[in-house]
Amino acid sequence: MLENIQATVEAWPFLARGLWVTIQLTVLGSALALVLAIILGLMAGAPARALSVPGRIIIEFFRGTSLVVQLFFIFFVLPQFGIDLPGMVVGVLALGLNYGAYAAEVVRGSIASVPRGQWEATTALSMSPVHRMRRVIFPQAWALMIPSLASLMVHLLKGTAIVSVILLQDFTFHLDQLRRVTDTTWAYAVVGLVGYFVLALALTLVMNALEARAKHRLGRGPSLREILSPTPTAKDSLSTAGRGF
Amino acid sequence: MQDQRDLWDWEMFFRALPPVLEGFLTVTLLVTVLGTAIAAVLGLVWAMLIRLAPQPVSGIVKWFVAFIRMTPIVVQLLFAYYAFLMVDAMTIGIVVFGIHYSTYMSEVYRAGIDAVPKGQWEATTALSMSTRRTWAAVVIPQALRATVPALGNYAISMFKDTPFLLVIGVVEMVNAAQIFGGNNFRYVEAITLAGIIFLLASYPTSVLIRRMEKRLAYAN
Amino acid sequence: MPTPTDPAATPIIEFRDVEKRFGDNVVLKNLDFHVNRGERVTLIGPSGSGKTTILRLVMTLEEATDGLILIDGDPLTHRIVDGRRVRLSNREIKRTRTRIGMVFQQFNLFPNMTVIQNITESPIHVLGQSKAEATRRARDLLHQVGLDDKADAHPSSLSGGQQQRVAIARALAMDPEILLLDEVTSALDPEIVGEVLGILRRIAETTDITMLIVTHEMQFARDVSDRVLMFDGGSIVEDADPDTMFTAPAHERTRKFLKAVLGEGQIGTR
Repeated sequence: MLENIQATVEAWPFLARGLWVTIQLTVLGSALALVLAIILGLMAGAPARALSVPGRIIIEFFRGTSLVVQLFFIFFVLPQFGIDLPGMVVGVLALGLNYGAYAAEVVRGSIASVPRGQWEATTALSMSPVHRMRRVIFPQAWALMIPSLASLMVHLLKGTAIVSVILLQDFTFHLDQLRRVTDTTWAYAVVGLVGYFVLALALTLVMNALEARAKHRLGRGPSLREILSPTPTAKDSLSTAGRGF
Repeated sequence: MQDQRDLWDWEMFFRALPPVLEGFLTVTLLVTVLGTAIAAVLGLVWAMLIRLAPQPVSGIVKWFVAFIRMTPIVVQLLFAYYAFLMVDAMTIGIVVFGIHYSTYMSEVYRAGIDAVPKGQWEATTALSMSTRRTWAAVVIPQALRATVPALGNYAISMFKDTPFLLVIGVVEMVNAAQIFGGNNFRYVEAITLAGIIFLLASYPTSVLIRRMEKRLAYAN
Repeated sequence: MPTPTDPAATPIIEFRDVEKRFGDNVVLKNLDFHVNRGERVTLIGPSGSGKTTILRLVMTLEEATDGLILIDGDPLTHRIVDGRRVRLSNREIKRTRTRIGMVFQQFNLFPNMTVIQNITESPIHVLGQSKAEATRRARDLLHQVGLDDKADAHPSSLSGGQQQRVAIARALAMDPEILLLDEVTSALDPEIVGEVLGILRRIAETTDITMLIVTHEMQFARDVSDRVLMFDGGSIVEDADPDTMFTAPAHERTRKFLKAVLGEGQIGTR
């Protein structure tokens, strides 16, 4: 046990570097996924078939062909055609494309579930489609989509562990190094799984805060400051009582 | 050897077919089917334990389930592989996939159990049914019906996650494609083939499940 | 005020042989009627008789499957070109649409905006008013609906009646020539119906906005309307001034309907 701890402390600079790679992959991959999800989700939900059909095809394609296939395609196949990308870019691209396609479904579904009355009110107020989406529909859909996007982001974080197979030195890669100087259970179960679990929990907390903020903006639930304040205010208890907790 | 810059080589494609299909049939499909079966059963066990077991047990199960669900299957595979070196990698793969996905399934079952109307529980009380009969005859049959599409969706997810098996050296479809590519210094045909097979197998299934979901929603 | 028989009046809304069907279900058939500028017309009739569909057609929330709708003589969504019915461009439709406002049964305030933002959003971004100008006008309207202190409140913190008053202010902020009121009190608790109707009465008295109203509040209909149209099965059964309609309807179908809605001898006592 002591030896394990000592070995881990010695390996810490490497592990930290690996963690940093994993975090970068998660954040950049999610950012790319979000951008793609919004573009593809809006396309797939558009009334014009010229937009919705290609949107649907792209979404189904990237959802249907598996993350690892996409990763390998970018890593092994593209260089054959002279497109040689740095490992980090390969990882971010594969993660962003694959999870972006899943998230696009979330975006499309959330936009579709904004109540019809809201759409109709924008028509009655003569808003243009872009204005309506930007100012009325999307802000409301955003609050609906955050929980699903959050769980997809945890999926993406977990998905980053596969990039070690294309020789990216992420957290999982360094766990294998650690296993050589400690033992399996210590390296993978204690350091590895717990490390990822803590990252996932942190991510979930951040996303919960985002969700609370988005809901508060729609007038549902307390503000972030109220949630985080150590002493519950009167408003807190009122709003939670109103929601039947 | 042909020009490396050829976009596509049909001969290479057909040469890649046998190993890739073999990986698909002997590993990818097998792991998916057996893994899904384990996940479906274990998931129900977790859900029932969380719901019915006394406090320390249900709390521990709850955390265990959350822990497995929120950590990468790749690291779980590596851990199990090195921790149980006497067990063959394929079996490790099936069990790890089964356990990992059982944590998702337990959520599905929980939601299914929660969705059984309160009146049903009250009726079992009014009829003085035992706890065992209540669950076996009333709650689980109703909860299960709604879980079929979710189970299908997770089976598809697992199917597309099976390439993760390559971290423990199992030659499933994508790994087979990659090995073929490496041996021939050309990857495009083999890896595209693996992608096509994934798409061909998963898209119709997901359409089928969506139809089933709609029917279920309609029936309710 | 022009009456339906006044030949000199310009119809601001005109339906010509309008048909609306959803699949096989014909909601409106061969509908012809017009509303004159400044007129207040109430549509009554059993649910499913197509009243709300008429408002939704005028607001372009739905499009007629046949026939023409003209606003101030201009086609709303379709025109006839060489004997064929052709849809207008979205830009043309939008130009007419800005002249029309609507208040919904379910208020449909935007929950992601404050009360004042709800009201100023379209005047600023659609009509191109300055923020200061739009805000001044919005505050004035809020004063008119008795909600001066709620400008920065969130819709979710308001009662149903207050939300509907904001929705009325929001519709008026666009300075519509036509205001469509779609069962605006149906979602409200009985005790707040009065406050909303009171505000609408005042608007009817102090402005010359053309109003097309669908309501179950017969007393209100009787008070503000110049004309009442009785609908059944997608067409007009009776077209009369409110006094005639409510005291001496000509048609048996109208009598039956009013009797069912009002009960024997209690015209709109709510």
